[in-house]
Amino acid sequence: MEDWPDAVFGVLNDAGVRQVCYVPDNGHRRLIERCHADNAMLTTRLTGEEEGVAALTGAWLGGDKGVLLMQSSGVGKCINMMGIVQECRVPLLMLVTMRGQWGEFNPWQVPMGRATAPALEAAGVLVHEVDDAARVAETVHAAARLAFDAYRPVAVLIGQRVVGFKDWTK
Amino acid sequence: MSGVPLDRREVVARILARRGETLVVTGLGSTTWDAAAAGDHPNNFYLWGGMGGAAMVGLGLANAQPGRRVLTITGDGEMLMGLAGLATIGVSGPSNLAIVVIDNERYGETGMQETHTAHGVDLAAVAAGAGFAAAATLRTMEEVDSWVPRLLGEPGPLFAAVKVGTGPAPMALPLRDGAAIRARFRAAVLGDRAQE
Repeated sequence: MEDWPDAVFGVLNDAGVRQVCYVPDNGHRRLIERCHADNAMLTTRLTGEEEGVAALTGAWLGGDKGVLLMQSSGVGKCINMMGIVQECRVPLLMLVTMRGQWGEFNPWQVPMGRATAPALEAAGVLVHEVDDAARVAETVHAAARLAFDAYRPVAVLIGQRVVGFKDWTK
Repeated sequence: MSGVPLDRREVVARILARRGETLVVTGLGSTTWDAAAAGDHPNNFYLWGGMGGAAMVGLGLANAQPGRRVLTITGDGEMLMGLAGLATIGVSGPSNLAIVVIDNERYGETGMQETHTAHGVDLAAVAAGAGFAAAATLRTMEEVDSWVPRLLGEPGPLFAAVKVGTGPAPMALPLRDGAAIRARFRAAVLGDRAQE
């Protein structure tokens, strides 16, 4: 079976995503590599996740669809910027790999992990959670439609059960 | 610095008088009012929120429209809130993007409290350190005049901080409805493609 990051890459390509903004994350490593290797995609490495919300607003203003790849820790930083996409009805597709849940070893990750979905929803973002690797691509496909065809901010939360957890004894 | 400080409205009007087809993004607060005072334009995207995001909106737009000139005009407080974005822009390196900071060393919308630029922080040095093609601090209208053609045409990314006075400017408010601003801007830039 195709790995989920490769399937997601195909979904993003089919959706016409051109600008890929990201803060590095181990869970997104393969997807980021695929995007970098694709000459039709323009990758932007961010210093912080909130930069991506603003950059993808500019992308949409100029006719580009985009995606924001990040870890759940970065969601809190994005909240005020959601005012732009809400007020201007700009599509925003976010793929968020989760920390602080399934098998987490770092207690410092737990608070933001628990706050991720409620914080996004409080800021008006539609949230799709997926905990099964076989369902990630179809969830991203549905989220991309909701974002780009219905002009909404949508976040796909990819569970730690899918991403896998670190073995911190090694 | 000697002489009368620059007037922010005159500086912004001077820059925008030569804009041509340039796409302009303004930052939350006074620079949005400055651009409105210089004359409304469908190629203006006015931010009324998202403080710290103006430069990054410019980046995404410049990357989407590589054949068009993009100019972000924002304030020192707004730029400081998104300062790390200069590193992102320096690395991304769009040749068609310029950023102008109208620097009165104050948070103008919240009671004129001093910003970090009043205490020695050099925004142009940060932009230069981030890898911008050129960056400068401008203090006279002669310097502004000599930089305007660069900002509107030279390969970037370019950065200019323009030191201005703290005098009050008459209120000038542009469109406020974000969806309307977005729709008008996309129609101006994309034509029929805006309906996709």
